Amino acid sequence: MSSPSIEQSTSEAGEESVRQPAGIVERLVRDDVDRKRFLKMAGGTGAASFTAFVLAACGSSSKSSSTASTAAATATTATSSDSGDLAILNYALTLEYLETTFYEKVNASGLYSGKVASLLKTFGGQEKTHVEALKGAVEKLGGTPAANPNGKFPVNSATQVAELAYEVENLGAAAYLGQAANIQSPEILATALAIHTVEARHAASIATLVKKSLTPDGAFAKPASMSMVMAAIKPFLA
Amino acid sequence: MSHNTLSETAPADLANSELAAVEVSGLTRSSFILRGALAAGSVYGLSAVTPFVSQALAETGGGDAEILNFALTLEYLESDFYNVKGKQVGLSGQAKSYAKLFGEQEQAHINALRTVIKQLGAKPVAKPTFVFPVSNQSSFLALASELENTGVGAYNGAAPSLTSKEILTAAGSIVQIEARHAAAINLLIEKSPTPSGGFDVPLTKSQVLAKAGPLIKT
Repeated sequence: MSSPSIEQSTSEAGEESVRQPAGIVERLVRDDVDRKRFLKMAGGTGAASFTAFVLAACGSSSKSSSTASTAAATATTATSSDSGDLAILNYALTLEYLETTFYEKVNASGLYSGKVASLLKTFGGQEKTHVEALKGAVEKLGGTPAANPNGKFPVNSATQVAELAYEVENLGAAAYLGQAANIQSPEILATALAIHTVEARHAASIATLVKKSLTPDGAFAKPASMSMVMAAIKPFLA
Repeated sequence: MSHNTLSETAPADLANSELAAVEVSGLTRSSFILRGALAAGSVYGLSAVTPFVSQALAETGGGDAEILNFALTLEYLESDFYNVKGKQVGLSGQAKSYAKLFGEQEQAHINALRTVIKQLGAKPVAKPTFVFPVSNQSSFLALASELENTGVGAYNGAAPSLTSKEILTAAGSIVQIEARHAAAINLLIEKSPTPSGGFDVPLTKSQVLAKAGPLIKT
């Protein structure tokens, strides 16, 4: 299997056609019965599919499952704005640790070369700076930074890894978007927004490698609640 | 809740304790704050009230609507750029398919922003006339990169000033798409998809106008 490359495809229909699969998953997961049927069909497909599946299920649910109110409900009960922001920072830190571990594994795998390898190395370095920034923000609030969960990621082939990276980055972007409304401190909000769009850039860049949609949610990115994201990352915490 | 009831209570305490129970929802919270603030002003004097009043007034149209109209202007610009200028220049390949997709998405952003601005009771700005000094695919893509990356900075710079949390999420939902556009365009022209590194830089309004201003004719 050849490694993916950053091809500048001349296909004009590409974007329209890759949007279809996400829509199908969303329609399937609306109904409990269909959801079980889908799971049966999907069999034991890997972590990437599971993550995409959970995210699609969350995204297609009613507003209440993906808005700030649900995220707030599932977060630690805050008695002050500090403790609410602290919980959000540690949640983000956990996700960034996972992304950093993922990229470390990918970059050590030797599965990529040239421009693609360089790009993935850059992204891994950026996730690391996110870890440092979030750790610092937690400490500034007088909190204890979450521990590195030392995530486990399958790294088998260039294609499989790139597809997993696509899911992980899309999840990260959705996670930040899901918390923006909950953040009390304007300073922490500004940091979260600055990271949020970088995760989106990562996702779009990897989309070009795996010929998937730059914008899987269409013109408006969907926020993901904390509970949804925690469910989606479960396979990596095993 | 009647005005009489509020003025008889200790308004600041009432505002704080009941605020915790009120679901965060842009207009509801602001009108509550405003009523509490006005009552507080009569007891504590205006200086204690000003921050709350300006926040509430901002929510009823001043602050959030103004920010969204600023965003709307940028979306008009991007939409015209992709949908009109893009056709004039004559694009091919990936550039052409990006322009088509992004142009559709910017138009969706326009529609959404206009709707929200009207919901706030404010008037969406009219579409200006734009001039884009590009004549071929290469210069078109270079400008696309500038515009999309500026858009990301504009939204990230303005978003923390939004008073409505729901509007903040909506703005975030849009800026995420602009960031995806920016990354794709940059890769296409062999620039880094993350030109600011790990953290996108928020831009001030004047920084944004320095980039976009020259393109706005009327």
